[in-house]
Amino acid sequence: MANALEIENLVKTYGDGFEALKGIDLNVAEGDFFALLGPNGAGKSTTLGIVCSLVNKTSGKVRVFGADTDTHLSDAKLNLGVVPQEFNFNQFEKVFDIVTTQAGYYGIPLKKAQVSAEKYLRQLGLWDKRDSPARMLSGGMKRRLMIARALVHEPRLLILDEPTAGVDIELRRSMWAFLEQMNRQGTTIILTTHYLEEAEALCRNIAIIDHGRILKNTSKRDLLQELSVETFVLDTDVALKAAPELKNFECRLDDEGALLVDVQKGHSLNGMFIELETRDIRVVSMRTRANRLEELFLRLVEDNARQPAPRKEGVA
Amino acid sequence: MRTDAMITAFSTILLREVRRFTRIWPQTLLPPAVTMTLYFIIFGNLIGSRIGDMGGFDYMAFIVPGLIMMAVITSSYANVVSSFFSMKFQRSIEELLVSPVPNWIILAGYVAGGMARGLGIGLIVTLLSLAFTQLSIHNLPMVVITVFLTSALFAVGGFINAMLATKFDDISIVPTFVLTPLTYLGGVFYSIDLLPGFWQGVSMINPILYMVNGFRYGILGVSDVNPFIALGMIVVFITLLSAVALRMLDRGKGIRS
Repeated sequence: MANALEIENLVKTYGDGFEALKGIDLNVAEGDFFALLGPNGAGKSTTLGIVCSLVNKTSGKVRVFGADTDTHLSDAKLNLGVVPQEFNFNQFEKVFDIVTTQAGYYGIPLKKAQVSAEKYLRQLGLWDKRDSPARMLSGGMKRRLMIARALVHEPRLLILDEPTAGVDIELRRSMWAFLEQMNRQGTTIILTTHYLEEAEALCRNIAIIDHGRILKNTSKRDLLQELSVETFVLDTDVALKAAPELKNFECRLDDEGALLVDVQKGHSLNGMFIELETRDIRVVSMRTRANRLEELFLRLVEDNARQPAPRKEGVA
Repeated sequence: MRTDAMITAFSTILLREVRRFTRIWPQTLLPPAVTMTLYFIIFGNLIGSRIGDMGGFDYMAFIVPGLIMMAVITSSYANVVSSFFSMKFQRSIEELLVSPVPNWIILAGYVAGGMARGLGIGLIVTLLSLAFTQLSIHNLPMVVITVFLTSALFAVGGFINAMLATKFDDISIVPTFVLTPLTYLGGVFYSIDLLPGFWQGVSMINPILYMVNGFRYGILGVSDVNPFIALGMIVVFITLLSAVALRMLDRGKGIRS
């Protein structure tokens, strides 16, 4: 399958000498749901900014669906939709005007732009607000407005920089569902997020960036397999006052009284249940902890911070 | 980008600009109308009646072309500088930067927006002036060409100012300390024949003098300078400033890190 995005040896040095990107390579396949993760200042937004032409690169190559941004910038941009981290629309303009104006910048005639704007404003629950000035919208609505604006020209690659920052959990889930639907319909999606459960829930492939270098670039499944311990959350029929002492498993209670059990990779879960049974503890439901990726992410970033010399690895 | 798509992008920028300055008409359209009416009443009627003729015309008729041009210059400049800087400030300029619109279309769209406001104000002031004096056009093509080119020139100037500005103070410095003095000293209210030889020479290096006199020639048929030299100078300035503006856009001056 063709690549939606290809980045080769991308370097960005800012005017004050700060090296934000130290020669990164990254490929994102067409149709992928891809996460670019990293701590603050790692180089995520700089990378996406260069892809979207908001940041000038120092050197390297960027191609969007094969279109080189040095030689075929217009073709590359036609395939791109961008949802930035910060609100970047005119707060005094009406919602409908913001979306149709963006379509106009892509050369879409007004009538067609209005149809497309209505489609996405309806899908994102903003149609009733179409005549409101953008400043009157809530934070969640403003985020959805930026998604509608990014989609109005039907891009093949959608880039979202922290799309659910500051959004309540219900709205976040509905945005996830919307993005999954867009991805199923064929739109390649790249997102950065601080909510690692978001990347775990949505993405198939993940790259981790820190200090301007790619530390990992692999599938989510392979990444999670690197975890040697998996934590299970067990709900019991009777609330426990203290965590039981199991022979082969570390246990503790979480804040809500659920039992957390660490299971080493390769260990049978049957043994855990047998031990619980002998202590008259009845499990009524079980799930894996959702922040497995967070544990791995922290480990990788901490390992990288301990590395004394610059290095480059894990490039796909 | 295809030609039809570029035309759509250009008209989108232009319409957005028109929508912006008409939405806030009490800030954009009303003030120059009020100010110019006061000029007509105070300088034209009250003081002008005691001044007598200038350049062979009564004083009111003499200052009308200059006042129209002054309104066109300040409005064309103000529209682009405030609109483009606001987009930078709110970061909505990123809407354009991520899109495939070529830089020259961005510049053309904003300049056209500035011209729309400048020429609109020029029309309003012209209509107001009819309440105070009779206007007869000496050379219509000269009037139209001069006012269009002058409006375009100052719209480009406003664009460069907005590109360079990093704070709101920066967008008022040029209009306050450069544009207004040059306009007042550019022969709007007097003929430079009244000045001593030295100050006549100094006035000749003021570019606005040429624009005001080119326009005055089109309306009244009198001018302190050769109107065709004035037109040539405007074209040269537009070319130079447009090249500077495009270069700044290509390099992302003040809009890309």
